[in-house]
Amino acid sequence: MIPAQFDYLAPKTIDEAVGLFAQHPDEAKILAGGHSLIPAMKLRLAMPQVLIDISRIKDLAYIREEGGQIRIGAMTTHYQLESSDRLREICPLLPECAAQIGDVQVRNKGTIGGSLAHSDPAGDWPAAIIALDAEMVAVSASGERTINAGDFFVDMLTTALGPGEILREIRITTPSERFGQSYLKVPQPASGFAVVGVAVTLTRDSNGVCKSAGVGITGVASKVYRATAVEQAISGSGLDEQTLAAAVAHATDGVSVNGDLYASEAYRRHLAQVYTRRAIEAAASRAK
Amino acid sequence: MKKPITVTVNGVAHHDEVEPRLLLVHYIRDVLGLTGTHIGCETSICGACTVILDGQSAKSCTMFAVQADGASVTTIEGMAASGDLHPVQEGFWEQHGLQCGYCTPGMIMAAAQMLERNPDPTDAEIRHGLEGNLCRCTGYQHIVEAVQYASRKMRDQAATGD
Amino acid sequence: MAKYVGQRVKRTEDPRLIQGLGHYVDDIKLPDTLHVAFLRSMYAHAKIKSIDTSEASHAPGVVAVYTGKDVAARVGPVPCAAALPDLKVPDYRVLATNHVVFVGQPIAVVVATDRYAARDAIDLIMIDYEELPAVIDVEQAAKGGPLVYEEYGDNIAYKLTAGEGDIEAALKSSDRVVSQRIVHQRLAPIAMEGRGVLARYYPGEQELTIWSSTQIPHLLRTQLAIMIGMPENKLRVITPEVGGGFGSKLNVYAEEALLGWISMQLGKPVKWIESRRENIQATIHGRGQVGYIEMGCNNDGTITGLRYNVFADLGAYHQLLTPAIPTLTGLMLSGSYKIPAIQMNVTGVFTNKMATDAYRGAGRPEATYVVERAVDLVAAELGMDTVDVRRKNFPAPSEFPFKTATGLFYDSGDYEAALNKALAMADYKSLREEQKKAREQGRLIGIGLSTYVEICALGPSQAMPAGGWESATVRIEPTGGVTILTGASPHGQGQETSFAQIAADELGVDLNAVTVIHGDTSIVQYGIGTFGSRATAVGGTAVFIAIEKLKEKATNIAAHMMKTDASNVVFKEGRFTKQAAKAASAGAGAKPEPEPDVPVGEAPAGAMPEPEADGKGVTIQDVALAAHIARDIPPGSEPGLSATYFFEPTNFTFPFGTHIAVVEVDRETGDIKFMRYVAVDDCGKVINPMLVDGQVQGGIVQALGQAMYEEIVYDDQGQLVTGTLMDYAIPKAAMVPWMDLDRTETPSPVNPMGVKGVGEAGTIGATPAIVGAIVDALSPFGVRHLDMPIKPETLWRIISKAN
Repeated sequence: MIPAQFDYLAPKTIDEAVGLFAQHPDEAKILAGGHSLIPAMKLRLAMPQVLIDISRIKDLAYIREEGGQIRIGAMTTHYQLESSDRLREICPLLPECAAQIGDVQVRNKGTIGGSLAHSDPAGDWPAAIIALDAEMVAVSASGERTINAGDFFVDMLTTALGPGEILREIRITTPSERFGQSYLKVPQPASGFAVVGVAVTLTRDSNGVCKSAGVGITGVASKVYRATAVEQAISGSGLDEQTLAAAVAHATDGVSVNGDLYASEAYRRHLAQVYTRRAIEAAASRAK
Repeated sequence: MKKPITVTVNGVAHHDEVEPRLLLVHYIRDVLGLTGTHIGCETSICGACTVILDGQSAKSCTMFAVQADGASVTTIEGMAASGDLHPVQEGFWEQHGLQCGYCTPGMIMAAAQMLERNPDPTDAEIRHGLEGNLCRCTGYQHIVEAVQYASRKMRDQAATGD
Repeated sequence: MAKYVGQRVKRTEDPRLIQGLGHYVDDIKLPDTLHVAFLRSMYAHAKIKSIDTSEASHAPGVVAVYTGKDVAARVGPVPCAAALPDLKVPDYRVLATNHVVFVGQPIAVVVATDRYAARDAIDLIMIDYEELPAVIDVEQAAKGGPLVYEEYGDNIAYKLTAGEGDIEAALKSSDRVVSQRIVHQRLAPIAMEGRGVLARYYPGEQELTIWSSTQIPHLLRTQLAIMIGMPENKLRVITPEVGGGFGSKLNVYAEEALLGWISMQLGKPVKWIESRRENIQATIHGRGQVGYIEMGCNNDGTITGLRYNVFADLGAYHQLLTPAIPTLTGLMLSGSYKIPAIQMNVTGVFTNKMATDAYRGAGRPEATYVVERAVDLVAAELGMDTVDVRRKNFPAPSEFPFKTATGLFYDSGDYEAALNKALAMADYKSLREEQKKAREQGRLIGIGLSTYVEICALGPSQAMPAGGWESATVRIEPTGGVTILTGASPHGQGQETSFAQIAADELGVDLNAVTVIHGDTSIVQYGIGTFGSRATAVGGTAVFIAIEKLKEKATNIAAHMMKTDASNVVFKEGRFTKQAAKAASAGAGAKPEPEPDVPVGEAPAGAMPEPEADGKGVTIQDVALAAHIARDIPPGSEPGLSATYFFEPTNFTFPFGTHIAVVEVDRETGDIKFMRYVAVDDCGKVINPMLVDGQVQGGIVQALGQAMYEEIVYDDQGQLVTGTLMDYAIPKAAMVPWMDLDRTETPSPVNPMGVKGVGEAGTIGATPAIVGAIVDALSPFGVRHLDMPIKPETLWRIISKAN
């Protein structure tokens, strides 16, 4: 219940933040909404010596449209994304995913940036972000760089963010016309984390043929992944029942599937297939 | 080591120096002596510690007090500040929405937030809206009815401009 | 109709609780309080080779560090009150010295100026362990396996056989015998408020006050006096607001004694508030039985006998009632049926886990589950409707008091009435038709029933380890307020309200004039506490009878005031008047107030009570004032107006009912959804229907938790896998169905109010209904039984295997 001691730094600007982070690249952790980090600190599973609270930095919480992209500030809360009417129109996967994270209180405080940088293998955001093929903008004392979502999630609780690097923004190409999206999840009954979570975004032409697809799956392996075999199998198809059945058989291709007390490896694999199909069906029905 | 903070709780500004690791819930309970906010787990699951922070429900066990510097907090003690029970409090009393009462302050804060965003929730929406709050006594049915009671009362009040 | 009893009276407890103004242990702030943190065993089984506390002792804020060596000779062992023949009772000390037997066992304690400093110092204590092999599985432990205690030579704490009738002959002569291995998994009670203790020693007065979140303040005081070795009348236990118990606080824990002792050493208040992780590790667990059922039946559905051979997973040592819990299972194995021969063979087994003990239902949910599952197995075996098998074996209402082959006399019951009502509410016939149609479409719908009976109002002292009575003092203060002191210790059940309802009606006063005080051993006469659905049936009866005594005394004083004989005095709605028949005609000019039910002007003058000074008789408040001033009370009578009664029940009570669950299972994922839940409960006479509904609903949801979600899991090394609420799933609002409730009301003859008790009914009645429904949904696959918690994966495996 009681975290270990730490030094607390609350920079007012992003420059100040990266400067402080550069001084403590190993012993500091970035504190965003705190809803992944603080529970771990209370159980003393995490004992950072320094916390850099980036919540006092102005203008890190926003949803903007710019250059054909949706740009989301790292400190944007789950609730802000869940309740955005504009996103519901232009990229409903984001609010749909946000609404299934944790609970109301967690969504009020927790942030998309914090969640992504934590890279919890059962977190919800990574599935949506990887399905949408987002770009992650990271900033450090040595400047800014963009990391593709596919490269961002390295392993359980490990991202491509280097020492002293802070995730600043998430950029998503605004979906074109005739797109459909969906996020479906089996929550673990105690924690609410995803036993399996499947995010789907796809586009169809006027004949209903699937032109492109992104399928992100969380909860299943040591990190989120894109079910590329499924994406390939459905692309170019009319998303008919048979194609889907064959496609989702590949939902866990190439990954080592987790087993735990709630869902064994075999059951989780099965759930991944069922939920991939259901999520594609839901997305397909919306792509009109 | 200690950091100065100013937190407005139930309308009163408090200035204190606190260890950065001091949890907001401990600040509220042990420093300010407002013990209506409870602690029921250590993993941000149970919601007994729910307060309203700058207008949004939050688990005060999953925040450091330093993060609340400059913020405005409403705790259960601030809900009947006018002297009248808040409709949600009234609903819990009328509909027997509590037994041991330990989860109740958090439930009431979460329910108040829910009704602010959705004044007329369905049964399913109420249950979904309370997923961050555990109760071991009631089986939730009377809590659902308590929220429905409050919803009706608040809508009636709004309609009559009361 | 009574003004309060039987009505949906809003709780008097609530105004403070809904405003956050109640005081649970951690809400009590005393100046200079020191805070305590525990270092607990990280191994399930190990030798402690050495403990080094030097660094911790010098850490900032640390006032003292104690280990087992410091306290072994000074604080007595954690008590076990269960008396069973040849029971092995390990010497369980408040801090381990050289041998730890479960993860979470306290080894050392840090006392510091604040809770953060205490927690920090725990990490500075160095312990050199030598890990020993742990025994976790109860059946393996019974067979041999690693030994929890080498000195015992095995892991068997006791063996016990109970029941009557020739079970061998009964099973042999039955047309069929169904048998099933059955698991009652370990559960964590998870009261939302964990345990907490605040102890303050007053060196001048040599008095120790302990605030503890407990269900049994007086029993705790007695046991702590023995453990700490101080006079019981110098020890005061206060239970402030208690945030739920469910049996987990019907106990005496190491931490309670230790905190008292530490406060005496340091002369300052000391406080310990349990974290949730500690709560799941080191507060008692419930259930934990693995058993084998054999039930005999004839082809017409008549049940002939039941044998239950069970291994009870006691854990590593005994808490207050640990070994006794399975004996309660044995008592209730007849369920609501006529079963001529019953036998239970219990093997109580030590394992390297936390002790099991009373958790809501305490042994009786296990019995109900065994019997109800067995009856479903019989129905499946015979191809009969499960309702018909139940109906066939019920005792008729005329057969009560009904003697069971477990040695009990059920007080009263009409099982068929409750069953019929529930079937009508659920529209059982249509449900079965709907199920049939659904199955044709490939949908998996299941209907489960439980026609349970439970044993409540624990209980006659003959049957209890430490007194089965309850006490009450009722007094009327000089200014007219009614004060009730109850030995019961409510912690959410609402007896501050329901006892006030009883008193307000019986004394004819306003509900708000009644104050119910409980949970302070220096204020309240000795009492037993709240558990076993006993508070209203035993404690409420004590209140009721104490009021009768008080009224008797008040009548004498009132008669004296009215200058008449007590036999001429009637008491109604708070007022004593002279009896009409013996009254002289009304004096001229006096305008007597008529009896309230006789309209003014219509009453014949001769029937009027004789007016007193004010013409209205005297109120009970007048009598109270007169009794305290005592200048003019009947010669030889005692001043004051109070009465105390210790009620000893002659029998238990036996509430019953029918629960019906309807579920649909997702063929593809095994996911379970509720379609309907109906419950008809009979808890005898109802004091407050709203509170009864609350008890039933809460109980059903705890049962649902056991049926579908909850399970304490230790790995093979004895590490607790489900150690936080991130892993241990208790039901959330959205997992719970709407519950349609109704009642039948069969009064108990055991007490004057006819009440039975309802605190555990839901937990006892609901589990078999839910499991029965899920099993029924899967019955097209030949499934007859599934062990709890029934998870979607289990169902998916069955369905996918069949496909």
